[in-house]
Amino acid sequence: MSLVFLLVALPLGGGFFLPLLDKFWEESRAKELLAWAITLTTTVLAFLSLGWRGIYQMSGWPPPIGINLVVDGLSAAMLIVVNAIALLVVIYSSKYMEDWTPTGKFYGLFFLMLAGMNGVILTGDMFNLFVFLEIASIASYALVGFRRGGEELEAAFKYLVLGSIGSSFVIFGVGLLYAATGNLNMARISLVLAERGGGGGALIGITSAFFLVGFGLKAALVPFHAWLPDAHSSAPAPISAMLSGVLIKVLGVYCLMRVFFNVIGIGEVQANLLIWGGAISMVLGALLAVGQEDFKRLLAYSSISQVGYIVMALGIGGSLLLRGEEAIAGLALLGGFFHLINHAANKALLFLNSGAIEEATGTRDLSKMGGLFHRMPLTGMTTLFGVLSIAGIPPFAGFWSKLIIIVAALWGGFYPEAAILIAVSVLTLAYYMRVEREAFFGPVPDRLKSVREAPAMMNLATVVLALGAIGLGALYLPGLRELVLQPVSQVLLEGLRYARMVLGG
Amino acid sequence: MGMELKPRAIPPRGPGMSLIVKEVTRLLEPAIFIFGVYITLTGHLTPGGGFPGGVILACGFILVVLAYGGARAFRRLPPEGASKYDSGGALLFLFIGALGAIFGGGFLYNFLRVYLPGEPFHLKSAGTIPLLNIAIAMKVAASLFLVVMVLTLFKPWSAEGGER
Repeated sequence: MSLVFLLVALPLGGGFFLPLLDKFWEESRAKELLAWAITLTTTVLAFLSLGWRGIYQMSGWPPPIGINLVVDGLSAAMLIVVNAIALLVVIYSSKYMEDWTPTGKFYGLFFLMLAGMNGVILTGDMFNLFVFLEIASIASYALVGFRRGGEELEAAFKYLVLGSIGSSFVIFGVGLLYAATGNLNMARISLVLAERGGGGGALIGITSAFFLVGFGLKAALVPFHAWLPDAHSSAPAPISAMLSGVLIKVLGVYCLMRVFFNVIGIGEVQANLLIWGGAISMVLGALLAVGQEDFKRLLAYSSISQVGYIVMALGIGGSLLLRGEEAIAGLALLGGFFHLINHAANKALLFLNSGAIEEATGTRDLSKMGGLFHRMPLTGMTTLFGVLSIAGIPPFAGFWSKLIIIVAALWGGFYPEAAILIAVSVLTLAYYMRVEREAFFGPVPDRLKSVREAPAMMNLATVVLALGAIGLGALYLPGLRELVLQPVSQVLLEGLRYARMVLGG
Repeated sequence: MGMELKPRAIPPRGPGMSLIVKEVTRLLEPAIFIFGVYITLTGHLTPGGGFPGGVILACGFILVVLAYGGARAFRRLPPEGASKYDSGGALLFLFIGALGAIFGGGFLYNFLRVYLPGEPFHLKSAGTIPLLNIAIAMKVAASLFLVVMVLTLFKPWSAEGGER
């Protein structure tokens, strides 16, 4: 427990130390080794945090005064997702980023982003949450434009402008919350609001609107999704994997979970907004993905659609919680988080493979590919695993999480929502099967005759993620369920337990 | 202390602004830097601290760049050096924070307050706070200076793509 600060401090230190190494060891592998060491340590710490429960007092000040780091079921599970994918992405980039300008700068920005994400997950202070949110966002703006071509810079600028608007909404919400409760400590805020009882009045309503827009923009829910397809397809492949795999989930979905379930409490209006925001994202993201010719843009639109699943599950869970049906609410929230884990692993896998394919064939255009299964069997196989999991084909992990969400929606009486969930699932299968048909099956065109399999280092990361695509389904088995998923839904179900744990009451 | 103003030969008009601006800058430059250092070092006693002190230091450099052009400021603080101070300041802050975790109760714990109490209201007091202020001032001064310098590096980008 006393090591939990390393989850933020180590990547932050790496973020400032690795760029310095560029000047001394331009060609050396020392930077990669250091990056591996840091992400390996944070991953081990993240797994250890499953056994930790409680708070870490920064500079020794107790909770309402000082800023504290909070480890509970939700943050522990989230930390594992983020740091494990960061580790695989670093392994992949040690080969992929080889030919690019000083890798120290790349790893520097990468680790700043990781430090920001770990900070967002761990912090127990609203303003501190905003600070870490900005660290992660600003590092990601720079990483999107890392290739410095015209298109990349345009995407980065668009992302910068819209991301800053999102951050402004968040800071405005934090200010209003401070005005309403006189506290910035999340646990204190939640206790103050609970003592007042019932909704908290108009100010809290406006605050939750601000948070919904701000975090919704970071999560790319549909009215606020315009930046995502450009940003996620322009970034270098490992960064796309980080952005689509974990960044939108930490800055968007995790913050929505934490704020709406543990801090200000969810109301009927907010729950319905989450449900229908999620539904529109699912449908529109999937419909837009159908027509994409660019592989990475298709994956980006698919991210919008899949985040819609998670947000809708949150909304269904919140709505059921208000009705007092806790058992089904717990199932919906558990399904939502399960889908978050699965989507993080699968989308990271697909984006990493898109990078391998782009490097091998020189194109992202699906119509110019073909027969890649013959030329890149391992990449083809891992992509197939990711595709089947994300589309929800039975033995794969994505099927189980979608099934849990749909079952919870049906039990809770959300019939139109369940119909949308099933319909979008079919649509997802349709556009991913198009990817398989155009890129991987069929004869090899002449210009791709010399294509080779991706380097071993890159395949190592994708094979691990592909095993995850089938193995993560085991998380719902009794035994493992109590370890990861059950604590998450407990944290979300009993909103005030968070406050009691932090303040020790 | 009387400041002596000797008549000097008028230098040829080089890069930068007019003679008046240059002369005023030459006189103010040391004062601005000393003030920045003062604000940083007494941050634990009076209003101020690492961030304002760093901003004042950066403004001193930026003033020199505006008045004289880049060369004179870069002689003292080349951009590569500034980026080292930038990372160094952050690493120093983290290092002090980690020492707090090793010797005291937690990350950033003020362990020096116990081992080196000093006298209240004197420069040597408040434990690690002055050291953290120095780290912050390094970081803020270097990164603000770099931000302004990088902004001047960008050339207009024409619609066709490519530099103009």
